[in-house]
Amino acid sequence: MSDLAASSFVRRDLVAERPAPVTTTGFLGFARTRLLNSPTNILLTILGLLLVWYTVVPTIKFLLVDAVWSGKDRTACLAENAGHPVGACWPFIQAKFTQLFYGFYPAAELWRVNLTFALGAVLLLPLLIPKLPSKGLNAGLFFFAFPAVAFFLLHGGGITGFGVSWVADLLQLFADSISGVGEVLVGLSKTSAVGPLLWAIGGIIALVGTLLHWVIFPLTWLRDQMQAAGQGPWLDFLITAVIVSVILFVLGGGARGGSRPLVGSLATFAAMAAVIKLMGLDHGGLPIVDTRLWGGLLVTLVIAITGIVASLPIGIALALGRRSTIPLIRIFSITYIEFWRGVPLITVLFFATYMLPLFLPGNFTVDGLVRALIGVSLFTGAYQAENLRGGLAAVPRGQGEAASALGLSWWKTTSLIVLPQALRHVIPAIVNSFISLFKDTSLVSIVALFDLLGSLRASFADPVWTTPSTAFTGFAFTGIIYFTFCFGMSRYSLFVERRLNAHRRN
Amino acid sequence: MGVGARKPPPQLALKLRRALGGRAGWNGVAVQLVFGAILAWIAYEVISNARTNLETQHIAAGFGFLQNSASFDVNQTLISYSGSDTYFRVFLVGILNTLLVSVVGIVFATVIGFGVALCRLSPNWLVSRVGGLYVEAIRNLPLLFQILFWYLAVLAALPAPRQSLSIFSAIFLNNRGVIVPSPLAQPGLVAFLAALALGIVTSLALRSYARQMLFGQGRAIRIWPYVLTLLVGLPLVTMLAFGPPVTFEFPQLRGFNFAGGTRIIPELVALTVGLSTYTAAFIAEIVRAGILSVHKGQMEAGSSLGLSRGATLRLIVVPQAMRVIVPPLTNQYLNLTKNSSLAVAIGYPDLVSVFAGTALSQTGQAIEILVMTMGVYLLISLATSAIMSVYGWRISRSLGA
Repeated sequence: MSDLAASSFVRRDLVAERPAPVTTTGFLGFARTRLLNSPTNILLTILGLLLVWYTVVPTIKFLLVDAVWSGKDRTACLAENAGHPVGACWPFIQAKFTQLFYGFYPAAELWRVNLTFALGAVLLLPLLIPKLPSKGLNAGLFFFAFPAVAFFLLHGGGITGFGVSWVADLLQLFADSISGVGEVLVGLSKTSAVGPLLWAIGGIIALVGTLLHWVIFPLTWLRDQMQAAGQGPWLDFLITAVIVSVILFVLGGGARGGSRPLVGSLATFAAMAAVIKLMGLDHGGLPIVDTRLWGGLLVTLVIAITGIVASLPIGIALALGRRSTIPLIRIFSITYIEFWRGVPLITVLFFATYMLPLFLPGNFTVDGLVRALIGVSLFTGAYQAENLRGGLAAVPRGQGEAASALGLSWWKTTSLIVLPQALRHVIPAIVNSFISLFKDTSLVSIVALFDLLGSLRASFADPVWTTPSTAFTGFAFTGIIYFTFCFGMSRYSLFVERRLNAHRRN
Repeated sequence: MGVGARKPPPQLALKLRRALGGRAGWNGVAVQLVFGAILAWIAYEVISNARTNLETQHIAAGFGFLQNSASFDVNQTLISYSGSDTYFRVFLVGILNTLLVSVVGIVFATVIGFGVALCRLSPNWLVSRVGGLYVEAIRNLPLLFQILFWYLAVLAALPAPRQSLSIFSAIFLNNRGVIVPSPLAQPGLVAFLAALALGIVTSLALRSYARQMLFGQGRAIRIWPYVLTLLVGLPLVTMLAFGPPVTFEFPQLRGFNFAGGTRIIPELVALTVGLSTYTAAFIAEIVRAGILSVHKGQMEAGSSLGLSRGATLRLIVVPQAMRVIVPPLTNQYLNLTKNSSLAVAIGYPDLVSVFAGTALSQTGQAIEILVMTMGVYLLISLATSAIMSVYGWRISRSLGA
């Protein structure tokens, strides 16, 4: 027994406590693991701190601490008057505020711009929040109704005709042009070596033109009658509403299923009538504000939103065209896309400013802003097409094949099965190209439009405000505006991306 | 025996239909005819309108104007140019200036971009945040905004020549640009360049020999001491023998301006800084994405084979990352070249600025000038995408093998 006691070992006192484990949480642990865990890292941390110290601190000092907050002209922002080194000269921004936001839009009409901005925001916000219902109606309002309303709000003016007159005008122009082509060819045939052939082709084309004239005769007759009656656009509106509703009713399946489209069409036309009445478009509308007076953020947003709205259909058409098996359409789409993607936007804007007017009939002048809009839309459309092509390629083949097996036509397969899935895939890419479009709108200042950046540059020329810090103040202010928009969009695209990939997260 | 498989019927009609109308068959042919007719009609309208408009404006169409004297000056030219030269010479001057700013911008953008990418990948929290801040700030501001900021705010705020900021009394910064020492060629230059070229060629040959030995016989040869000797020692020896290849003429302040040295115009400085910092933010994201795309297991596999961290990076991670990085990187280079056309906003004499700007407003030959200008950019981008498709084909071939 005692042997056993002697040979066994029983500890009589407690083991000394082990030191507490190194903190890996909290600020200290964080600093130890992520900032100071090796000599190199310590050096890097010190360098980073120095960098922050020499960039962030002066910026804050410039924007807030040393800034001058009130004053009437440049004297307030000079160091000898302020009594300290002067940072940002905020009175400059206060003085130029309307110019930076609205350009030279008449002060009495500014409510129109504000109303348009408010309308746009009210329509856009619910579109961006995925939880809210009735996205279709919302998208329709934003993409179709809003641009029209915004045009009449911002630009002003009224309408004298409606659908019937517009369609009649357009078709008549087309028919005239075709007859013109035929006559030119017949004229050429007298001197050409292949005269009879040209004469025959020209004769046929001229015949087509004449036929077209006869086909559209009811429309043009109706238009002339209405113009002679001089009743304003209401009669035209009524006839258009009846024609479109009847067509939709018949196409929708007549008495069997046509009531839904009929109700929809009537409701749309009723809404249009309400808007026309409300804005007084039938008798002149709001006073016209020439686009040369527009400027600042207004122009930036108009170009960005028009580009966004117009580039999507162009992009969808081109992306589908590029996948088409019909050779001519595919070649055309590829050429178009590669051409616009291969040239810088600024040459496109030059093209729209200098070349486009040459290509249009001489009596047809295009507003400078509209030219830029056309250029931007054509350009962005090509980029949008490439984004969408990626989305279309990501839709499994089986989807389209299944739709064909169910007997759906190409149009139905594309619009109901393939496109919705493709669009879902490419929302982040589309938002990204919107960001670059928003940034690229600044280029229109080169072709003599005063967008936000152009207005800023123009405001630097004002001798009342020339101080050493004017330029920095202006750039800081506009920079914050641009950054807010672009950063907001990029965060939104990340949010959508995460939502769309929710099923892949683990 | 005797009876072989019968040939399939030729189906000529079917093939013709497929070729003409795609999968849609004769309907496709009809669609094409209508589409072609519409295109022809638009083309006719455009041409006839353009002809009438040019006649009313008394502008003679055609490229004859290229032989006329341009009679305006350009403030930076790489080839000799004076106001009496032709518009075609202006075109060349513009292209060369565009290429100059693009090449310089690409070099700086790559360096900054890789640096920022390394910052963002750094395990150090602060450094990666600083990198992220840079990328976010730069990417969310328009490029034109940044170029104007550098030009109108930063460079304009620099002091006048008399109070220039100097760096080691060799480089001077003022509001008229950057004045750097200009190199003057000396008699030893030819020998120096020859020695350098010889060194490079021999080193490349040595490298390929070493690789051959490694892959063929498994013998690893250490070549870097020889390469170092060839690349540094050989030129040094020739410099000692033939004298220095270049001497630098340092700028001196004389009165109100500098004598000697080369002045880099502020437009070029602003444009280069703006373009390279902007593109660098995009390059940084591309490089980061490329390196993160290499699976973590690759690094672990490398170290389990006993390779050092550097060797794993060099031999395993970077080659795989490069495959992801190179196509979008080329795209960014192309974007930088296209974006250099923003020079027109600050008056740097690039192609768009002198040719599509000044020459266009002088001659009014909008169609010809814009076609030529767009053609140059289109040619550059098509050539680049052709090279990239060859690259992509080689990559896919090497992956398939």
